[in-house]
Amino acid sequence: MKPPAPLLPRVLLDPASALGLRPLEWDLLLRQARRGVLLAKLAVLLKPWLAQVPPGPRHHLHAALMTAERQAKLTHWEVSRIQAALQPLDVEPILLKGTAYLMAGLPASEGRVFGDVDILVPKARIADIEAAFLAHGWNFQDDLDTYDERYYREWMHEIPPLTHEDRGSSLDVHHTILPPSARIQVDTAALFEDTRELAGLPGVHVLAPVTMVLHSAAHLFHEGELEKGLRDLFDLDALLRDFGRDPAFWAELAPRARKLGLSRPLSLALRYTTRWLGTPVPSEVLAAVSTGVPAYQPLLDACYDRALMPDHPSCDGPLTGIARLALYVRSHWLRMPTGLLLQHLARKAWMRMRPTPEAAAEA
Amino acid sequence: MKIRDLPPGDVRRRLARGDLVLKVPPFVARLRSDVDRVAEDLKLLYADFELGTTDDFADFHLEVLREGGLRRWVKPMARFFADGEPAFSPLPAEQGFHMVEWGLNWAVSTMAHPYLSYHAAALERDGRALVMPAPPGSGKSTLTAALAHRGWRLMSDEITLYDLATGQVSGMGRPVNLKNVSVELIRQFAPQAELTRPVPDTAKGTLALMKAPEQSVARIMEPASPAWIVMPRYTAGAGPALHDMPKARMLLLLAEQAFNYDLHGRRGFEATADLVDRCECLDFEYSTLDDAVRRIDQLAAEAR
Repeated sequence: MKPPAPLLPRVLLDPASALGLRPLEWDLLLRQARRGVLLAKLAVLLKPWLAQVPPGPRHHLHAALMTAERQAKLTHWEVSRIQAALQPLDVEPILLKGTAYLMAGLPASEGRVFGDVDILVPKARIADIEAAFLAHGWNFQDDLDTYDERYYREWMHEIPPLTHEDRGSSLDVHHTILPPSARIQVDTAALFEDTRELAGLPGVHVLAPVTMVLHSAAHLFHEGELEKGLRDLFDLDALLRDFGRDPAFWAELAPRARKLGLSRPLSLALRYTTRWLGTPVPSEVLAAVSTGVPAYQPLLDACYDRALMPDHPSCDGPLTGIARLALYVRSHWLRMPTGLLLQHLARKAWMRMRPTPEAAAEA
Repeated sequence: MKIRDLPPGDVRRRLARGDLVLKVPPFVARLRSDVDRVAEDLKLLYADFELGTTDDFADFHLEVLREGGLRRWVKPMARFFADGEPAFSPLPAEQGFHMVEWGLNWAVSTMAHPYLSYHAAALERDGRALVMPAPPGSGKSTLTAALAHRGWRLMSDEITLYDLATGQVSGMGRPVNLKNVSVELIRQFAPQAELTRPVPDTAKGTLALMKAPEQSVARIMEPASPAWIVMPRYTAGAGPALHDMPKARMLLLLAEQAFNYDLHGRRGFEATADLVDRCECLDFEYSTLDDAVRRIDQLAAEAR
């Protein structure tokens, strides 16, 4: 039994139903959407009825559309700068996540707001690539300490985040899609074999449809950034609906997941998109990925049903807090061996207890 | 119903429950706070503002809440939240209302985009608006407070809203921020001005807020046609001197003080250029408030 859906997912699945909302329900809807980073998505879905939306909420929806358009424009420029920095090295970056959906013109990019540009590059070239970005105006954050540095360098699938000094934009440079310390070992070489070059931007790639879906699934179900979980679930829904029009996509999905080592995240992705968003998935594909479902799956359902909802007090039931905590611990458990995990969590707890520099200055 | 019409203690109770709905046209803000100072200052500064009902749609949900922990026995701290999400570092609780004001500025400048918003003061006389964009330290707020008590209608001290459709400017009639010597200066210049109890020793010095005069708040909904853009510059010992400023330069300065100019893209650029084009653009050097007000009054009289 899944708990009743909060207002936001109900409206996202049936946008026209928003027209009957009372002012206070609009208020709640917008707050849930803002927290879930889904305000622009809501605005895109409500576009046909925008004129009928009461002026208060309409202004916010309109502002969200403007913000998304602005982001699209900036991202095109940002990607062109990245390409310019990497071209002399003969490195062809693969765009990931929101950046990829946008640059490939996928329906998943409509109203999809993101903070950083994510790229995937070969690990063997990381030193050159890093130097090229530093030479082209990107830099590491000032507050990066030696622990953070080591955390990224030794255990993570990306280098520390870069920020462009003039444009203020963030760039995450990945060399694979899950931490090397993770319990699941991803076949990274296979990722690089399966890409599509962007039509308008020679030398810039995105992952091929099946691999793109698998990465999206691995990101949501292994990285534990669940405050944006519903948005990521809608990403998966949009990708599956779009790519799924081609029967060859479905035939390839489960075998490719096995090859890459991503069967488990795929199984969870299909389980929760169908369960919450009614995503159409052929029954034979569902059956193929449902073998090997663990005995504790009902417990996992109870956690995800709660934690995938917007991180807003109005969406929280009595068990939401513990569900989020359990999945946070799970994502870390999946990410690193137990000894390393304990060490990392202890360090994080210690850092949280220390006052922030501003608070210390004020005291 | 206005804040001033509420029975004693009601502001505090509504704030504690989080259902104080304040209309700050064109926006509605829903406020929650358990900080005494927030109730005290809200009652003074927003006395003439209308209350909404708890059934209304609110644009912003803002909270200033006391922090727990041992420090509260030494120096109580409070933190600002936007709809439950913390923003900014905690500050001493006595700055509680300043946090509400900063929070409201932040909310308007990041979430409200049917307007172009500028970090600028706006005052109106005879239907014409004087817009004063200025970096901190220019004396903009002091001059704004002075003019607001000498026949100019205060539209805004911090955020001027420019309506892209009508080309009119408006403000929210919110309080004026005064710092350090300005607090005493305004008390002497306009003894009738209502100020909050100054908060000494903050990171920005001594802070106080001045209530917008009642007749200004009564006309919040009335926009005005922009006529002058003036960059004030306090220079000790200088006589009041107005100089023409090249329009291209003013356009760049105004764009720099705009919050959401880039978001509006080309339309934002064109609207800002149009605003500058329609206005007399001036640089204003002054030292005493009496002289400064007299000079600005002359400017308005010449245009009549």
